[in-house]
Amino acid sequence: MGDLFDGYGATAIRRRGAPPWDEMFSDIANAGETNARDAYRDIYTTLARMTQAELRGRTEALASSYLAQGVTFDFAGEERPFPLDAVPRVIPQAEWATVEAGVKQRVLALERFLADVYGEQRAVKDGVIPARLISSSEHFHREAAGIVSANNVRIQVSGIDLIRDEVGAWRVLEDNVRVPSGVSYVISNRRVMAQTLPELFMSMRVRPVGDYPNRLLGALRAAAPEGVEDPVVVVLTPGVYNSAYFEHTLLARLMGVELVEGRDLFCSGGRVWMRTTAGPTRVDVIYRRVDDEFLDPLQFRADSMLGSPGLMLAARLGNVTIANAVGNGVADDKLIYTYMPELMRYYLGEEPIIPNVDTWRLEDPGSLEEVLDRLDELVVKPVAGSGGKGLVVGPDASKQELDELRVHLRADPRGWIAQPVVQLSTIPTLVDDGLRPRHADLRPFAVNDGTDVWVLPGGLTRVALPEGQLVVNSSQGGGSKDTWVVGLDPLRTMEHDIGGLVADQAAVTTSIPVITAESHLPDHHPADAPRQDQQQQQQQQSGARAC
Amino acid sequence: MLSRIAESLFWIGRYIERSDGTARILDVHLQLLLEDPWVEENLACRSLLSVMGTEVDETAEVTRSDVLTILAVDRNQPASIAYSLNAARENARRAREVVNTELWEVLNTTRARMPRKVASDKVHEFFTWVRERAALAVGIVESATNRDEAYRFFTLGRSIERADMTARLLATRSLTEASGPSWTTILRSVGAYEAYLRTYRGVPSAQKAAEFLLLDRLFPRSILYSVTRAEQQLREIEPRADRFGVSDQAQRLLGQIRSELEYRPVVDLITDLPTHMDAVQKTTTAVSEAIRQRYFPTNDVAAWVGENT
Repeated sequence: MGDLFDGYGATAIRRRGAPPWDEMFSDIANAGETNARDAYRDIYTTLARMTQAELRGRTEALASSYLAQGVTFDFAGEERPFPLDAVPRVIPQAEWATVEAGVKQRVLALERFLADVYGEQRAVKDGVIPARLISSSEHFHREAAGIVSANNVRIQVSGIDLIRDEVGAWRVLEDNVRVPSGVSYVISNRRVMAQTLPELFMSMRVRPVGDYPNRLLGALRAAAPEGVEDPVVVVLTPGVYNSAYFEHTLLARLMGVELVEGRDLFCSGGRVWMRTTAGPTRVDVIYRRVDDEFLDPLQFRADSMLGSPGLMLAARLGNVTIANAVGNGVADDKLIYTYMPELMRYYLGEEPIIPNVDTWRLEDPGSLEEVLDRLDELVVKPVAGSGGKGLVVGPDASKQELDELRVHLRADPRGWIAQPVVQLSTIPTLVDDGLRPRHADLRPFAVNDGTDVWVLPGGLTRVALPEGQLVVNSSQGGGSKDTWVVGLDPLRTMEHDIGGLVADQAAVTTSIPVITAESHLPDHHPADAPRQDQQQQQQQQSGARAC
Repeated sequence: MLSRIAESLFWIGRYIERSDGTARILDVHLQLLLEDPWVEENLACRSLLSVMGTEVDETAEVTRSDVLTILAVDRNQPASIAYSLNAARENARRAREVVNTELWEVLNTTRARMPRKVASDKVHEFFTWVRERAALAVGIVESATNRDEAYRFFTLGRSIERADMTARLLATRSLTEASGPSWTTILRSVGAYEAYLRTYRGVPSAQKAAEFLLLDRLFPRSILYSVTRAEQQLREIEPRADRFGVSDQAQRLLGQIRSELEYRPVVDLITDLPTHMDAVQKTTTAVSEAIRQRYFPTNDVAAWVGENT
């Protein structure tokens, strides 16, 4: 019997308010089989059989496999393996259906919003959203107005960050429709988990994630300029020193396309070309992993070496598609986020399937006063930031920090939002003491090819390793977990109805049907053929000579 | 060169390639059993065993660990990696005076370190190890062997085994578009997935993947490439050109199958893939036999039989 769950419920830090929702146990004080939620029961029994030393051994194997594969990130100038926790997060299929629908709805609404913002701006005219809000957004780029891909998609890839609140309900934490990263970890986490902890997979039916590159390539090709029969797709990376470089190489490799840097491209005659040994080759779709400001020195930062001058012109002429579209950042603005429920009603006529986290807009003088008063119990975030930069958790901040923050808030109310402290749900995670509850979020990835929004079953679960820490980001010492969408029933019915769909889902890893052709025995060297006795004979011979 | 030595070199080549090929196929397929929730373990394992030319009891349930035993670690199973590694080493021992020390040591230590059991979480590591050892052995030969007959026979063995391994894999495929996706698996199991993606830029389709593995002139694991390479080796072993035709049976067989593959419309090949792959496997066996007849003649083993009255 293992000792992994000993002392699971013993938490040192207690916050005010409701305790967080634990994903594995309904009552963390009595972590045990009877309390394990259905989805986690199999994992619990498998883990309960292991000892700490055993699980730690496996975790080390995960890490060394990542080191060997080069799945690393830079930590203070040193290459560290990307932290992956051995305990997976499980989401039952029935629950996943809601998440999937919610993400789809959100992406569609964001598409409509971006099309409107860089087009007619009807939402402004109809008074749904104030014009000053859009024009004051740091990531609103006038230069992008009127540029749209042939199939009208701006958000080829999105990563909508979700969390579960104290009662286990899903909520949207923020939208990421610029260059959401992390999908490579979803793919490589799954592979290395199956290699190192196969017994966890035995009893569960986990939906595969390997189809992502195909979907992405499909969406990118679908976005190609009109009239291009066989579009040339490239992935544009800032270069080897970028922290997500591993992801860029993985995606390029799995899509079978070139990975280019800015210096490999040039623009001429309103088209984009890449330099190859066979001369210039036309580029039709650029999946760019370079930020807007660095894409085109003629339009944005003049000192950028990462893009290519003339890129925006080529895009405006409709000769190249930049994915995701330039200027998407306006939708990531946290103040726009607060308008999303209204925008969804306005554009889609639907109520949001996954609600936002309650948020104060500080521009409103009344809420600014309230927030300033209650600063020590709220979370305050800069609207343009991502990855937890500049975020202040009120209850954890010192008095001095809060005073400084008050000054900032008064000076620039447009630049900040405030939210109540949401206790993110917790999942058992291996730390120094053994398995302990740690806060986690989820980033599901969605690919929009213009006809459908496909949501990768699973996504990246990020977990904060320090106790009580609510900011989950790998740049802030966060780990990750493999995320499993499991459950058979809804899929079984699909299997009967639309067999092709399931075949599609399982695309990357379908088994091989048996054709019983005659089986050919392997050939062998006459002396090595099975059941030969020459060896024996030779030995006997030498034995005989010795006599 | 002594026939016996040549024969050993030929078989070292085949066994090294076989251990490598088997490790690749097993790695991908065993992984698949874990990753794909819809796979039926018994059926999948059975199909895998039959591809590798192993018969199993009809009634028994075959599991992942059975496959691992039969095809990887059991030294007595003729299709297992352990068997191949052992046989490669035995052949090197028979030809020790020609095989250079480096290669001998690689083969010898590989056999010695071959585990008798592999824990389920170390399976992938094990296969990686086998592949690395094979790469090391081949690399030593490639970098430090005279391009003489010894090298030719070694490469001949490798090429023939490669063609055989790829044919085995392809023979399992039914070629309706509906079950197309598993081409990804097939490509991965011969290490061709990334090469394929770079060549065709996109999702594997039945036709293109089959084309790639059968007929690609540049991909070194395609059947056509392997067969052509085997022919080359034979021509260099026996450079005399006939005025007409080809007198060497092995070359004739290889030439026939190569023309068959190269000049028949791809669609024809693909609609009846199992039959054609069957032909390739038969040819490799026949070629192996023809080479033996021609280059490795041995005395018939004398055997005493009882007097017939």
